[in-house]
Amino acid sequence: MIEVLFYVFAAVALGGALGVVWAKSPVGSLLYMVATLASLACIFVLLEAHFLAAIQVIVYAGAIMVLFLFVIMLLNLGHDYQRDLKGGAFALLSFVIIGLMAGILARQFGENAITEPTAGGRAIDAALAEHGAVGAIAQPLYTTYVVPFEITGILLLVAIVGALVLAKKSSL
Amino acid sequence: MINEALVLSSLLFVLGTFGVLVRRNAIIMFLCIELQLNAVNLAFIAFSRLMGIDGQVFVFFVMTVAAAEAAVGLAIIISVFRHYETVNVDNFKLLRW
Repeated sequence: MIEVLFYVFAAVALGGALGVVWAKSPVGSLLYMVATLASLACIFVLLEAHFLAAIQVIVYAGAIMVLFLFVIMLLNLGHDYQRDLKGGAFALLSFVIIGLMAGILARQFGENAITEPTAGGRAIDAALAEHGAVGAIAQPLYTTYVVPFEITGILLLVAIVGALVLAKKSSL
Repeated sequence: MINEALVLSSLLFVLGTFGVLVRRNAIIMFLCIELQLNAVNLAFIAFSRLMGIDGQVFVFFVMTVAAAEAAVGLAIIISVFRHYETVNVDNFKLLRW
């Protein structure tokens, strides 16, 4: 059952990703992206990352995608009805590059197939049972990774100030 | 399911790379970068089934950086649009060779 669900969501995610690359209008591209992000959140649930699935829906599919939509509508870009793909030698070069990347990745994953259940998976299941979905992440986040966590807060502050300065009308 | 998730993650990453390379609209290139970040997130979560919960903590950080990047990047796109009246990257000549 879980395997079937995984393949369904994987198909939706891949179709959405193709849509992002091929859609004519930016708004269409964005909606395909939302489909991809939502099905990725479902896959996160299947991989026992419940908290991150919720964050994926709230932060990515909610906040970031709405921000993109605001910018597309603010700049009035929803009316391009032809694809803006680069053509010719550049597209060919891109095909070669992604072909190489896909080949290397497929070779890696083909050689090193992982058989379940694994030690890490059992540790996560135990942590989930003991602390709950949020506590299992919060425990390492506030102990081992507390310095990166604080730095992340500073990064967000810098990003807010930077975005305000860049987008203000009189700044440039 | 870890292997399938890793294959899906690599496919999404490759598609995102292709989008960044071939699209001209700066916002869609940006969207494809988000797609790549999500592919990496999926790989982190798949590997966290193998290595323990640290992978999920890293995904948390990646999402924060992605949110910051989206805010700053879209602000840059808006200020570039004010200057050039377009978001087509072929028209951005100032920092090119």
